[in-house]
Amino acid sequence: MNQAVTEHLQNSAVSEGHEIESKPSVIQTKGLDLWYGDSQALYDINMDVQENQVTAIIGPSGCGKSTYIKTLNRMIELNDSVKTKGEIIYRGRNIFSEYSVEELRTQVGMVFQKPNPLPKSIYENVVYGPRVHGIRKKQVLDEIVERSLRGAAIWDEVKDRLHKDAYGLSGGQQQRLCIARTLAFEPEVILMDEPTSALDPISTAKIEELIQQLKTQYTIVIVTHNMQQAARISDKTAFFLNGKLIEFDQTVKIFSNPNDKRTEDYVSGRFG
Amino acid sequence: MKSGRNQRIMLRQTMDKSMKNLFFLATMFALLVLGILIYQVVTQGASWLDWQFLSGKLSLNPERAGILGVIVGTVLLMVVVGPVTMILGVCTAIYLEEYAKKSKLRNFIQVNISNLAGVPSVIFGLLGLAVFSRMFNLGSSILAGGLTMSLLVLPIVVVASQEAIRAVPQYLREASYGMGATKWQTVRRVVLPAALPGILTGFILSLSRAIGETAPLVVLGIPVLIMPIPNSLMSDFTALPIQIYYWTLDAVLVQEYANLAAATIIVLLVILFAMNSLAIFIRNKYQKRY
Repeated sequence: MNQAVTEHLQNSAVSEGHEIESKPSVIQTKGLDLWYGDSQALYDINMDVQENQVTAIIGPSGCGKSTYIKTLNRMIELNDSVKTKGEIIYRGRNIFSEYSVEELRTQVGMVFQKPNPLPKSIYENVVYGPRVHGIRKKQVLDEIVERSLRGAAIWDEVKDRLHKDAYGLSGGQQQRLCIARTLAFEPEVILMDEPTSALDPISTAKIEELIQQLKTQYTIVIVTHNMQQAARISDKTAFFLNGKLIEFDQTVKIFSNPNDKRTEDYVSGRFG
Repeated sequence: MKSGRNQRIMLRQTMDKSMKNLFFLATMFALLVLGILIYQVVTQGASWLDWQFLSGKLSLNPERAGILGVIVGTVLLMVVVGPVTMILGVCTAIYLEEYAKKSKLRNFIQVNISNLAGVPSVIFGLLGLAVFSRMFNLGSSILAGGLTMSLLVLPIVVVASQEAIRAVPQYLREASYGMGATKWQTVRRVVLPAALPGILTGFILSLSRAIGETAPLVVLGIPVLIMPIPNSLMSDFTALPIQIYYWTLDAVLVQEYANLAAATIIVLLVILFAMNSLAIFIRNKYQKRY
C-alpha cells in the first residue's frame, strides 16, 4: 500500500476514532445463506451497516460480494433460481417478508457497475424514479432534477442540455447521472456495485469525492475490487472470501492490523 | 516433388473458384425463378392494369371487371387481423419473456407456439370454419376470415416480439427495478419502447403473410359469385389472393380471366413489396442504440 493511503488511514483513525462505533445500525444481516439453484454462494453472513457511513465490501472475484450487495435491495431476485435463508433487517423490518420490493428499493437505491442510463434524455433519466412513484407536476420534477444533478456534482456540466440524449455523456458523466437518478427519489441507503470499475482514473476520483459528500446525508455500501479505493473512502470494510464473511471491522484496522491471516494476505496483495 | 505441389495448388485453386460459383448459382436460382414469375405476370397483366380495373366493381365481363371491392375486402381483413394479432401477440410475448418463470409449463407453451407456426394454413381454415363460422355464427364474413387469419399469423408476431423483448439489455431493466418500479412500469416505460422497432417489424411481416394467404379463406367458403363492395366487418367478402385463385380457376371458361388474375397479382406483389420495405426501413432506422 502506498504512503498517502497509509497516512490517510492514520489521520482518519485519529480524527474519527471511536465515534464510529456509536452510530446506529441501518441494515442488520443475520445468518444469511444464499443459493443459486443448488450451489451455495453465501454462507452465514452476519454484519451491520451503520448510518451515514461508507461500508466497503472487498474480496476476490467470485467471493459473493456482488451477490451480497444485490441481496440488500433484493435485486438478486431478478434471478429466478435464487433462494435465501436468514434475515436482513432494515429499519426494524425484515426485507424479505415485511417489505414489498418496490418500497425497499425506493429506500435502498442502487448504482450499478456499468453506467446504465435509460435510452432517454438526461432530464427523463432523473425524473424516472419520481414519475414511477407518481409525481407528475412539472414544477416539482424540475426542482428534483436540479437538486439531484447538483447533488451528484454534474449540474454545471449538463444544465444546458437536459433534454439531450443521456448516451451523449461520457462514461464518468453517465455514472454521476445514475447517482443523480438515485438521489432523485431520496433513498436512505445507496448501494454501489463497483461503480468505478468501468471508468478512467479522473472520473473515478470525481465519484470518490462525491461519495465523501454523499456520506453526510446517506448511508453508503460500496463493493469494490480496488483495495486502495476501499481504504481511501470507507469507514468500515468487510472482507469476503468464497462466500463467507472473513472479517468486518474499521477500515483502518482491516488495512493495518487485520485479525485474520487471510485478510492480511489479501490486503497485502498476496492473492486476489 | 515441387512441381507436384504446384500442380496440387492449381487444382485446389480451381476447386476453390468452382465452389464459389456453385454457391453463387444456388443463390441466383431463387432470384431467377422470381424474375421469371414477375416477367410473365407483368407481360400478361400490365396492359389490363388501369384505373378502371382498380376502381371498378367485379363483373363477369372481363373488359369491365374491376377489383375495388377486392381491395376493400383485403383492407378490412387487415383492420381485423392488425389489432387482434398485435394485442394478443405482444401480450403473449410479454407474458412469456417478462412474467413466466422458467418452468415446464413455459417450455410447453413455447414449444407449442413454434408448433403452431408450422401448422398448414388449411388446418387453420378448418379451425376458423368450426369455431368462428359455425360456433359463433359469423359465416363467411370479414370478421370470421380476419379472426382465422389472426390465429394463423399470431405465432409470427409472438416469436418476433419475444426476440425483440429478449434483445433489450438486462441492465436497462435493472435500472428501472433499482428505482423501485414495478414490473408493469418497467415493461411499459423501458422494455416496450426499446423493443418496439423489432415488434413492429414482426407485425408488418405477419400482415404481409396474412394478405397473401388463400387456403383458410377458401375453406371458410368465401362465395365465388360476383360480390358487392363490402361495407362492414359482417359483410361477405373476397380478398386479393382468393380472387386470383378463382380467376385462375375460371380461366378455362373465359380466357381473359387469366389476364385479370395476372393484373391482380401485380397489385398484390406491389402491396407486399411495399410492406416488406417498410419493415426493413423500420428495422434499419431504429438499429440498436444501446
